Amino acid sequence: MRVPLSWLAEYVDLPGDATPDSVMAELVKVGLEEEGVHKFEVTGPLVVGKVLEFVEEPQANGKTIRWTQVRVAPHGEAAADGGADIRGIVCGASNFEIDDKVVVCLPGATLPGDFHIAARKTYGHVSDGMMASGRELGLNDDHGGILRLQQMGLDPKVGTDAIDLLSLADQAAEVNVTPDRGYCLSIRGIAREYSHATGSQFRDPVGNAEPQSTSGYEVVIDPAGDIRDRKGCIRFVLREVTGVDATRPTPPWMISRLKLAGMRSISLIVDITNYVMLELGQPIHAYDFDKIQGKMQVRRAAKGETLVTLDGQTRKLHPEDLVIADDSGPIGLAGVMGGLSTEVSDSTKNVMIEAANFDPISIARSARRHKLPSEASKRFERGVDHSVAKFAAARVVQLLEVHARGEAQWFGADFRAYDPQPKIWLPETFAQDHVGIEYTIDEIGASLRDVGCVVAHFDGGFEVIPPTWRPDLTHKTDLVEEIARINGYERIPARLPVAPPGRGLTRAQVQRRKVANALAAAGLVEVLNYPFVTDEQLDWVAVTGLEGSETPLAVKLANPLQGQASNMRVSLLPALVEAAARNNSRGLTNLAIYEIGSVFHPHQPVSNNGKLPIGNERPEPKVLDSLNATVPDQPKFLAGVFIGDRLSDQVGFKGIPASYADAIQAAKVAAFAVGANLEVRQASPKGFHPGRTAELFVTTSEGQQVVGYAGELDPALAVQNHLPRKVCVFEINLDLLGAVAPAVVQAGEVNTYPAATQDVSLLVQSEIPAAEVLAVVRQGAGQLLELVTLTDDYRGQGIEPGFKSLTFALRFRAEDRTLTQAEATVSRDAAVALANQRFGATLRA
Amino acid sequence: MSNLNPISAQAVQQAVDHALASVEAAVDLAALKAARGSIMGEQSQIVALNSQLGKIPQEFKAEAGKLVGQARGAISQAYASKEAELAVLEERAKLAAEFVDVTAAPATARIGARHPLALLQETISDVFVGMGWEIAEGPEVENEWFNFDALNFDEDHPARAMQDTFFVDPIESHLVLRTHTSPVQVRSMLDREVPIFVLCPGRVFRTDELDATHTPVFHQVEGLAIDKGLTMADLRGTLEHFARSMFGPEAKIRLRPSFFPFTEPSAELDVWHPGAKGGARWVEWGGCGMVNPNVLKAAGIDPEEYSGFAFGMGIERTLMFRNDVKDMHDMVEADVRFSEQFGLVL
Repeated sequence: MRVPLSWLAEYVDLPGDATPDSVMAELVKVGLEEEGVHKFEVTGPLVVGKVLEFVEEPQANGKTIRWTQVRVAPHGEAAADGGADIRGIVCGASNFEIDDKVVVCLPGATLPGDFHIAARKTYGHVSDGMMASGRELGLNDDHGGILRLQQMGLDPKVGTDAIDLLSLADQAAEVNVTPDRGYCLSIRGIAREYSHATGSQFRDPVGNAEPQSTSGYEVVIDPAGDIRDRKGCIRFVLREVTGVDATRPTPPWMISRLKLAGMRSISLIVDITNYVMLELGQPIHAYDFDKIQGKMQVRRAAKGETLVTLDGQTRKLHPEDLVIADDSGPIGLAGVMGGLSTEVSDSTKNVMIEAANFDPISIARSARRHKLPSEASKRFERGVDHSVAKFAAARVVQLLEVHARGEAQWFGADFRAYDPQPKIWLPETFAQDHVGIEYTIDEIGASLRDVGCVVAHFDGGFEVIPPTWRPDLTHKTDLVEEIARINGYERIPARLPVAPPGRGLTRAQVQRRKVANALAAAGLVEVLNYPFVTDEQLDWVAVTGLEGSETPLAVKLANPLQGQASNMRVSLLPALVEAAARNNSRGLTNLAIYEIGSVFHPHQPVSNNGKLPIGNERPEPKVLDSLNATVPDQPKFLAGVFIGDRLSDQVGFKGIPASYADAIQAAKVAAFAVGANLEVRQASPKGFHPGRTAELFVTTSEGQQVVGYAGELDPALAVQNHLPRKVCVFEINLDLLGAVAPAVVQAGEVNTYPAATQDVSLLVQSEIPAAEVLAVVRQGAGQLLELVTLTDDYRGQGIEPGFKSLTFALRFRAEDRTLTQAEATVSRDAAVALANQRFGATLRA
Repeated sequence: MSNLNPISAQAVQQAVDHALASVEAAVDLAALKAARGSIMGEQSQIVALNSQLGKIPQEFKAEAGKLVGQARGAISQAYASKEAELAVLEERAKLAAEFVDVTAAPATARIGARHPLALLQETISDVFVGMGWEIAEGPEVENEWFNFDALNFDEDHPARAMQDTFFVDPIESHLVLRTHTSPVQVRSMLDREVPIFVLCPGRVFRTDELDATHTPVFHQVEGLAIDKGLTMADLRGTLEHFARSMFGPEAKIRLRPSFFPFTEPSAELDVWHPGAKGGARWVEWGGCGMVNPNVLKAAGIDPEEYSGFAFGMGIERTLMFRNDVKDMHDMVEADVRFSEQFGLVL
């Protein structure tokens, strides 16, 4: 809401030095957040001038200029800039006549856009100032010619300060009005709040004496079609003004206030309706009464009805739309936009003024349905004071009498169907119990009366009747906020509540932190990506748990942002690969990055889930279960991407390229961080290099649980993303990994007898996985074996083609004695024997 | 029979001189070792003299034996001391030769980094875990009932339109990308027994285009406390403690009246940031208030018996003013240089 200060000052005392900033600083205390300052950005000298004579001079460029002599000060007096009383001005406009009073910007003046006026040579003359148009002054959009003051109903003396004349020095404060405070979308409401904030005297523009009721015109309010049991129309005031001159100009102070409030001046009648809406918060519609056929109705639209609205658009109406109709059909979309057929125009003589009160929900739905958010609908949606309708109509009548020379009539209608104001019972200590301040009985009563409530104190509490402009006050808690804010939030003391003993982070939370920290310590950089992916990206890589389906089911957005993909990710890898490409393109060519985040795995297509239960009661367990069942699975995944070197060229060694082994190692680090033992086997899932990829699994008492993949990305995918061919990646279902990790570590004894070590090289067929040979060696070596590691995989010279030599380092130790080398050899030979039996492995000579 | 001792003092002295000269002549341990035979070994003069001892007349034996014994002692002492001296020199030379330029040490492993938004969520969580609160989490794709209806936004509530919501296709699925972490509060109230003290950090979504201060995907942290007798004073006390934990002992907070459907009374929260770049100042931090009775009812908690407070703030915004991050793009573009500035700390 934009609030011109001169307007605000009519209804509440402002200090003499008030500025938009000082006003906003006060309003923020009562909950109206500051948004900004609006002003005309015009500085003088700007004076009223009178056209004495002009010569039209056609120019080579096809234009005709007028070389004009303008009197800018009374005869013989210095002008406002100290210069001569008559000035020669070159003017491109041709809408003015001799003796016209105009606005002259003298040298030294500034216009909006930081436009400085100076005497300048142009078209062969020295133009000593400028005659201004409405647009140049920021008053309106009219650039058809210069302002002619007599046409605006003004005939000021030559030399008069035009900034004052046109109210161009006024400024507006803009505050943000929260949805519960519809009444603050008016000068009246803001003035009241300013009074709450400062204690300044508030003068309600709505007087206590109700204007006389209007009657005589038949209006039918059809109650059918209530939405959510709410009446569509609870107040409908009509009042006629006859014999208006619709061509009269809007007074400049009104244009200025409308402009500062963010509205354009359109025509006198429309300007007055907007002015009264801004002043009182009551949307007003003016009909050309001579165009209305028969009686008026307020009803829901019939199926198939249409309406041509003021903007010339033909609107197909919905049976939920509330319309104003006459015998010809709909003539307005209630509370949203009027119809073209009864629009006021320059020829309008008799005006019917409508000040109605429509249901917020009905109006909100219509405005949304027709994509017509208007100043009127914005106010109805938030609730309009139904008691203000007749005052607002009377205010319009008064302004039409003065400025359009109309004649007020008592012909019209006044329909009322609102409920009496609710009574709220507020126990004496309720505010104290919620705010923590011991308010006195007087403080509570005074603050509630201050905001307009009728308050009675008895039986240990208050009976409170909220004012008609506060439809948001329905519960005693709402009253607590009023008491707290009127008395000031700064009075609230501080007390630290004691929570019951907590259990700390959950196991899953601890695991995620450990994994994240371990990977960072292991050299990977954490990144966070948007979770949106394209249709193609859904298909890039196999995802643990979703391998069965061809294209995984995904959660799709109905309204993605322009330029953003519309699916929720099923895997972290596509965005990580893109992130790697982005880094790579910025010259960061050696990368190890990872992300931990949710992926979205609906296990059936997302579809219609029926009507939602109401909000303010706990749903039955069955209903809650069915609500929960609509929410897709969203496990936490971990993924990483490597490109370039693991270690770059340095003193002492050449760069070491990152490989599939780095991906596997990172996955193992993550498993280590949660206490799980990750095992690998050869695999070729979609999107990965078929020969350089491992399936990652954990062996549990229930068998093997696959938790992810690690290896090289399919080189084609890498190249498609403008990356080098070799991109190494891993992805793990972190929830799954955490769940299969042992809850408690079972420790063994550390024995201190000396160890005996042996190496053994086995010749096996190349295609036998080393991990399997190692497992057999471990099994064959028996109890005495403490550790076995693979130390070499050799192929080539000296080894028969199709075979490889795997070297294992074995460390033996006995629990109860010092082991002899002979005993170790026996164990080693047993390992060789079993490997021979399983794989035909032989000792390498 | 001569009265002269066949092993003369002169001869012994000569043997000693010879040996000591050889010891002295050794330039390193290897040379000393090589000369050991001629100094004090079988080939040495002193050993030759020693072997004569048995052959000389009895009356000279005692004197000669003493002479030779002393000489051997002197020689072996000289040898040992030379050996020690050379060993020190050689060790010194070896260390000198092993000199490296430590300023050129290669990195033996890469060093990674955490993302500051993740670190900040952990830091905040730790403040509250320290007070006995628990950390609650919930789904990011959420049913509208939890995101709106249960939070006192009915289907026609004007604030529901304020939220710039991403809807899941089809709209009738009633699934949305949660617009705040408040649905986690609802779930906490449904799942837990009162008293409830939970903190809900997490990712949320609004249909804002990415620019220097907005991002459609961002993070929030929200707190919820439900117990008997909680008031706005408890809210203020909690927020003050939180502010001091994040911004130092001089931090303080300010509450301004505001509106949220799920709280009543509601307040905007400003924090006095003593370490702000360019000088201490008030910064808009978040929103808070007393939990609206309708929200308690949605979770089956009796508002006549229990009251509660809730608060929430943006993690990105907090990081921006706490750590002077100027552009939202840096937080969302996954450029490793951004995370690397932080490493493992904020």
